[in-house]
Amino acid sequence: MTDALSPAAGIPKAKPARRDIGIKRRYAAERRFRAYGIAALSFGIIFLLILIWSVVSKGYTAFQQTMITVPVEFSEQVIDPQNERATDPQKLMTANYPILARNAVAKVLGVAENDRAGLRAVNQMISDGVRTQLRDMVVANPSLIGTTQTVSLLAAGDLDSAFKGQIDLSVPETNRKVSDRQVGWMNQLAESGALAKHFNTGIFVNGASSRPEAAGVGVALIGSFYMMLIVLVLSLPIGVAASIYLEEFAPKNRFTDLIEVNINNLAAVPSIVYGLLGLAVFVNFAGLPRSASLVGGLVLTLMTLPTIIIATRAALKAVPPSIRAAALGLGASKMQTIFHHVLPLAMPGILTGTIIGLAHALGETAPLLLIGMVAFVANYPTTPLDPSTALPVQIYMWANEAERAFVERTSGAIIILLLFLIVMNVGAILLRRRFERRW
Amino acid sequence: MNMMSEAAVEKALDQKMSDVSHKMIGKDVSVYYGEKRALFDVNLNVRENTVTALIGPSGCGKSTFLRCLNRMNDTIENCRVTGKITLDTDDIYDPQIDVVELRARVGMVFQKPNPFPKSIYENIAYGPRIHGLARNKADMDQIVEASLQRAGLWTEVKDRLHESGTGLSGGQQQRLCIARAVAVSPEVILMDEPCSALDPIATAKVEELIHELRANYTIVIVTHSMQQAARVSQRTAMFHLGQLVEENDTDKMFTNPDDQRTQDYIMGRFG
Amino acid sequence: MSTSLILLIVALIGIVGYVAGARRAMALAGGLSSKLHSRPGYYGSFIALWAIVPALLILAVWLVASPIYINSSVRSGFPEEVKALSEAEQGLNFGMVSSLARGMNVLSLEEIERVGSNPAELRAALGAKGVPLAGEPQPFMVEAAGELNTMTALSRTAMTIVVLAASLAGALLAFRQIAPRFRARNRVEKVILASLVVASSIAILTTIGIVLSMLTEAGHFFARVPAWEFFFGTVWDPRFAAAGATDSEGQFGLIPLLLGTLYIGLVAMLVAVPVGLFSAIYMSEYASPKVRSIAKPLLEVLAGIPTIVYGFFALTVVGPFLRDLSSQVNGLLTGDYMNFIQAQSVLTAGFVMGIMLIPYVSSLSDDIITAVPRALCDGSLGLGATRSETVKRVTLPAALPGIVGAILMTASRAIGETMIVVLAAGVAARIQFDPFEPMTTVTVKIVSQLTGDLEFTSPQTLVAFALGITLFAITLCLNIYALYIVRKYREQYE
Repeated sequence: MTDALSPAAGIPKAKPARRDIGIKRRYAAERRFRAYGIAALSFGIIFLLILIWSVVSKGYTAFQQTMITVPVEFSEQVIDPQNERATDPQKLMTANYPILARNAVAKVLGVAENDRAGLRAVNQMISDGVRTQLRDMVVANPSLIGTTQTVSLLAAGDLDSAFKGQIDLSVPETNRKVSDRQVGWMNQLAESGALAKHFNTGIFVNGASSRPEAAGVGVALIGSFYMMLIVLVLSLPIGVAASIYLEEFAPKNRFTDLIEVNINNLAAVPSIVYGLLGLAVFVNFAGLPRSASLVGGLVLTLMTLPTIIIATRAALKAVPPSIRAAALGLGASKMQTIFHHVLPLAMPGILTGTIIGLAHALGETAPLLLIGMVAFVANYPTTPLDPSTALPVQIYMWANEAERAFVERTSGAIIILLLFLIVMNVGAILLRRRFERRW
Repeated sequence: MNMMSEAAVEKALDQKMSDVSHKMIGKDVSVYYGEKRALFDVNLNVRENTVTALIGPSGCGKSTFLRCLNRMNDTIENCRVTGKITLDTDDIYDPQIDVVELRARVGMVFQKPNPFPKSIYENIAYGPRIHGLARNKADMDQIVEASLQRAGLWTEVKDRLHESGTGLSGGQQQRLCIARAVAVSPEVILMDEPCSALDPIATAKVEELIHELRANYTIVIVTHSMQQAARVSQRTAMFHLGQLVEENDTDKMFTNPDDQRTQDYIMGRFG
Repeated sequence: MSTSLILLIVALIGIVGYVAGARRAMALAGGLSSKLHSRPGYYGSFIALWAIVPALLILAVWLVASPIYINSSVRSGFPEEVKALSEAEQGLNFGMVSSLARGMNVLSLEEIERVGSNPAELRAALGAKGVPLAGEPQPFMVEAAGELNTMTALSRTAMTIVVLAASLAGALLAFRQIAPRFRARNRVEKVILASLVVASSIAILTTIGIVLSMLTEAGHFFARVPAWEFFFGTVWDPRFAAAGATDSEGQFGLIPLLLGTLYIGLVAMLVAVPVGLFSAIYMSEYASPKVRSIAKPLLEVLAGIPTIVYGFFALTVVGPFLRDLSSQVNGLLTGDYMNFIQAQSVLTAGFVMGIMLIPYVSSLSDDIITAVPRALCDGSLGLGATRSETVKRVTLPAALPGIVGAILMTASRAIGETMIVVLAAGVAARIQFDPFEPMTTVTVKIVSQLTGDLEFTSPQTLVAFALGITLFAITLCLNIYALYIVRKYREQYE
């Protein structure tokens, strides 16, 4: 401001000398602003990483399961002392199989038969799931009775946690679920190679169970699969048909305006409201069975439709009018133009939108809770009308369980769910890359 | 106080014309957009207190060159400038030079009027405010009034300074943008086809304004219209295919150009 | 004949009709398809449509209507003393009848002969076949079950005949219309267009379904509990919903739930809005293309993670962390290692929800910011403004309406979010303003009232629909207003 005519006095006429325009201060502000941006961005990304890390670090062990491999004696004394199995087939179903497993492990550990506390402690190390495991073996092949077979037995959830190092052994013995004696046995068995971690196929195939070591997402996977199938079969054709009408045929009037606003709003309606709709209309009014994956599929279809319609309309809009003009100019009807030219060109965009909509539906939990899919389902559903559960709902149910081993299962199930979502999204991205067209 | 007498202006102008001093000097300026080269070793000097017109067919690089003069090209991704441009004695592409300070000295008016969606007053006050040119409200009022006076808009808008700038007509909007540029007291004003979106009457007003501004500012204007170049400028530079074809006094350029291509363009044979 | 078999036969008639139609058209045109008005396939499709569509419509109507008719006529045959019972008990009776009817289909004729007169034996016989009965069947039930079975069988036969006849008649009628100049394509396209219209009205039907179903059920609720007690009540204590209980002793005050919803939503927005907005600004104004190409998809991943995962994260990581942190801080300051943040709290739920909402805010505001014309930013930069000055003084003010719209949309998402709050906010419905204490929300209560055994007559169940319609109304208003603002905003710059 060395010039006599400072800006305050008007516009300087001659060439002004260098003015002080607060460069330093302004650049400090600029850097601060930029730093806020970086901080905000890092905040989001750091939490993403923490979230994924916490799930993976807790959950990867769920894909391993501790098993105790011991020779089990299928003693006739225990299974069928009165030799009634020829006349009463129920006998083999109701026999006390866990005793067999307990005795087998106790024998390997050298626990005396009259050491009742010891036997009870041994029994706690073995999952109650051995009941069905051994029963199924015997029922399938009754000639096993009286023989000795080497069998891999499921370890109990607490022992599994202890073996994976998830239980703090420095805590006083009375405050933890695994006693020092059991830990000693565990180490003894591990050294002899009888106790080892195996790949846990159970988590993929088993149904619900109150025992974490025997619980799996098998039923939930089937339920989710049925629902995705229903969503795909219903929402893709309906969504595409609706978009074609709205984008290509609909006259501009109040009715189509209403549909337009409606669809945008439906896309933003909280998902739980769709659950209420499903409960009131499909379950209470139409009388479809609660907990059925059919109802879940229908609810998710209604929820996914707006997403698919919005994506499809965008894809149709992106096809340049010149294509339509060319086809119409050759004498094709409007319908032929759309189905022969516009729709195939828009297909990659439509499919991408559909996959993303499906991925969203796959992770949706709240509406399924309302239509009763929070059920303890141990058996595989054979049709979409059978009671079933879904992967995210299974996660919700496990998250409410208190046991340490269930935290691991829950994280494991989340990993499975996230893997599915990653596969779907990567598929959508590849599809978009592969067929992306620049007009 | 804030207006010089007519005679003084003329006198100052004559003096400036006689001893040629170059406000900005471009030396071997080339511009690349990614792989594509848009400007080829342009050497062009901008004289002080003169209106320099850049003409040439579409895509010849005249706007690109203009945007180099206050580094607006920085805002375009993967745009690269080589060569040297000086303002007075400063190399404006020197890392020492601050782009904000440079743009406060070299203002710009764009092709389409782009008033901020704020009041007329706030539009003008924006520049002085960010650069801290006014100490108080009275200072600011004065800058706003003076700038609007300069742009010949004062009488038209003085009663509605607090209405939105986007409510003005196209020509008024463009003069508002010029006033906005003037309010920062730049040394050079760059104008990128400032009249291309205006009707003939508005264009005439803006041209008149450019003529008056010459007394205090160095002006570089890109224009599509040869008549406009002839009307407003003293120097003219002709671009073709990214190269500077000819730079000359406007009078000479339009009567007896040195280069055949200039001749053809002016006669309307291409472009 | 089973429904799927009928469907199969109708489909077969359609296929045969298609082939016949196409052939017939070609024959009439003397083998020259150019003489035909439409391609031969359209003639075939015309016949197939006539064979299939009316038949399917009849089938659908029949399948829906006949059980309703049969049920009511069977019920009207119930003895007077049964009819005098309440609606729920009549329902139980009818349930018995229909299981009986199902069971009698499983039994062989002589078995029915043998046990038909003795209810206890009948129950045992059915149990052996895997059809459990809720109680001893009474004689009138056996009779009604027989009637039910007869009527169902009759209805099924009639349906088979009518549907197949309709299919054949449709095909024949259509076949007779075929002529070389017959405009088959136009007819077929009309049908396609009609189906497109039907598909797009499903959106409307969904909305109507939501509003109607919730209004009806909420209406039942308000018949028991006065509306003002619900909307202005400050105590939420619904008591237990015992099966069959019809007393409305509980208190259903919306206020504590609504406050909890808004409070948690507010905390979430306090996290999501600044972080999301600054991320969007950084990515659109500063970040190099390389940084953007990595950071943007990463943020989008946050949006793709199911909310149940966030809920689990809040429950097992954030909640315990905040609790332990507070006890450490408290210990350092006062020496008393008592945690002042509960593991389930407004803060935990709100914070995690905020993280979930970051990508919504950032992608919505990114769209809005890039919609601001470049000329405006250039104008500001050309005057010598720094980037941050341009953003603060030109871009953001210009984008403000759009950003407000984006924030409103995000807020509606926060209000409707369920799984995070179910796992992390707690279930205690109370009015308080300490962010470190648990509160509960409308969505949590909808879930907790509707899981477990449902009794569509008790207010404890029905209140969920009243909560639902409240939630729907709030989010709908927010969304419509937000969409309106954003639309206006976009028009301004187009």
